[in-house]
Amino acid sequence: MGRLLTVKDLKIYFHILAGTVRAVEGVDFHIDQGETLGVVGESGCGKSVTAMALLQLIPMPPGELVGGTAEFEGSDLLRLDSDKIRKVRGNRISMIFQEPMTSLNPVFTIGNQIGEAIQLHQGLNARQAEEKAVEMLDLVGIPDPHRRVKEYPHLLSGGMRQRVMIGMALSCNPALLIADEPTTALDVTVQAQILELMLDLQKKINMSILMITHNLGVIAEVANRVIVMYCGKIVESADAHSIFHKPMHPYTRQLLASVPNLGVEQTRLQEIPGVVPSLYNLPPGCDFHPRCAEAAEACKLRSPDLSELEPGHWVACDRAARKS
Amino acid sequence: MNNGSLLSIRDLKKYFLLKRTTPFGPREKVYAVDGVSFDLRKGEVLGLVGESGCGKSTLGRTILHLLDPTAGKIFFEGQDITELKGGQLKKLRAQMQIIFQDPYSSLNPRLTVEHIVGDALKTHGLAAGGEVPARVADILDKVGIHREKMRCFPHEFSGGQRQRIGIARALILRPKLIICDEPVSALDVSIQAQVINLLGDLKKEFQLSYILIAHDLSVVNHVSDRIAVMYLGKVIELTTKKKLLTKPLHPYTQALMSAVPVLDPDKKKQRIILKGDVPSPVNPPSGCRFHPRCFKAMEVCSQMEPLWAEVEPEHFAMCHLYGACQPH
Repeated sequence: MGRLLTVKDLKIYFHILAGTVRAVEGVDFHIDQGETLGVVGESGCGKSVTAMALLQLIPMPPGELVGGTAEFEGSDLLRLDSDKIRKVRGNRISMIFQEPMTSLNPVFTIGNQIGEAIQLHQGLNARQAEEKAVEMLDLVGIPDPHRRVKEYPHLLSGGMRQRVMIGMALSCNPALLIADEPTTALDVTVQAQILELMLDLQKKINMSILMITHNLGVIAEVANRVIVMYCGKIVESADAHSIFHKPMHPYTRQLLASVPNLGVEQTRLQEIPGVVPSLYNLPPGCDFHPRCAEAAEACKLRSPDLSELEPGHWVACDRAARKS
Repeated sequence: MNNGSLLSIRDLKKYFLLKRTTPFGPREKVYAVDGVSFDLRKGEVLGLVGESGCGKSTLGRTILHLLDPTAGKIFFEGQDITELKGGQLKKLRAQMQIIFQDPYSSLNPRLTVEHIVGDALKTHGLAAGGEVPARVADILDKVGIHREKMRCFPHEFSGGQRQRIGIARALILRPKLIICDEPVSALDVSIQAQVINLLGDLKKEFQLSYILIAHDLSVVNHVSDRIAVMYLGKVIELTTKKKLLTKPLHPYTQALMSAVPVLDPDKKKQRIILKGDVPSPVNPPSGCRFHPRCFKAMEVCSQMEPLWAEVEPEHFAMCHLYGACQPH
């Protein structure tokens, strides 16, 4: 498996009236070909900003790219000029958004919206693009694609719209699919359909997936490797098995314990006390120490670095580092 | 009716009329809740699960008389409350409260917490004006909000704290029944556990009964004693949580359980992937409403509606695989 994307020391800040929000503060990760990388964290931890930054979708200002590189197929995604990034978007890297209700344009037909990317990137004419759109709808399992291709988004249910989004995203055989909470707005039975569809298509065209979600169950279901983010930083990164069976960062451990698990009898859920701190007023030292059950004095003073405690298992916690 | 239950509903129906599509044509109906019966025992938590549009929220609201039932009966502590109006209904409302899903839109942004939580006391004449702040402070302590924050407005609180305020508002009247309509689905993962635990603690302290409406099966399963599964306006299975977990009878329940992701990447479950989406409740399918998506559908399923039957003790299901049927 070759390396597809390497992100180094990514920093995105937002300048707002209340101060500077360090939304992403030094994030390193990589994705190999054909692999699924899960990014998990609570709202405001910077997971979506990281993904949007890769496609230069962050409005600047108020956003600012403070530093970092994202190497993809020989170029730095963060610094491509607008013509070049447009050749990447929807072509080599495509994205699925959370809200299937709002991410389709209500005044264009589905065929029109899928066909646009195809015409743009593959140089087909309108008729060929529509044929390809029908093919894509068929691929994502929409019944009667010839009729559906001429319909408008409001005629489709949430699950169908998300299928259309996936069809649109995959129409140019991307090398990387960024899925930002693709199933959060959907019911569980439809979520199962969509996840199965994504994994199925991934095998067919050997693409990589960057799966962003707050749902640990979805991560367990699809990811090969997992990154856990908290307050704009990566706190733990390892293969999926280690994250769920041998979590080393207290935040990961507490997060896993706070989710009710079907089939496991628990009398009381473990709570994580307090709330996620606001990003322009972060506590000194380790960001997690005010909520951490295992925090020591030293945690209030020093912000821990991400270090490799076991092969492939990176953790940003000084206490965990000392233990191992 | 008096069988010792706190709440009994019998064949409850709630239809919504749609606008006419043609000038003299018939008005179509949304069969949101279509014949639901169950009993809620004192001190019990009944979970109500189902996908969006299955009528679970409508059912909750109809029980509370926030919506008028189209047909059927509701009994509260043995008394028929279906037709109550005016003053009697108001008296009843102090006994039955609701916690809403969205803590951002369910609190009035122009009122302070003291008013949001305390006004119900005044409305029901349960406390003299001077007593209200003290009562509010007490209840805020119980739900884990600092009493000094009583004069703050909703926007000064986080989502989890707002949900606690919503709980305090329901609790201050000392109700016997609280309907929790998706109480944690708008909250962050780490906050969900706090609110779920709080609901559990309060239940013990105030001897409450809950109807917990949620789409997240693992949350419902964690909190409930018994679980009712809804599909297109009907309860299709009702049993204790243990039985539902170990031996779900209805094919829809089986598919629903198998679709819930487990927190273990090594355990790949055998998935039952349902085809298609939930049909529209305006035109529910004939016979069993689940038959177009059912992986065990038989010929009879499309023709006759299955009966609600006690397949095993304490285990009810509505499916042709288990028992008799009636002509449609």
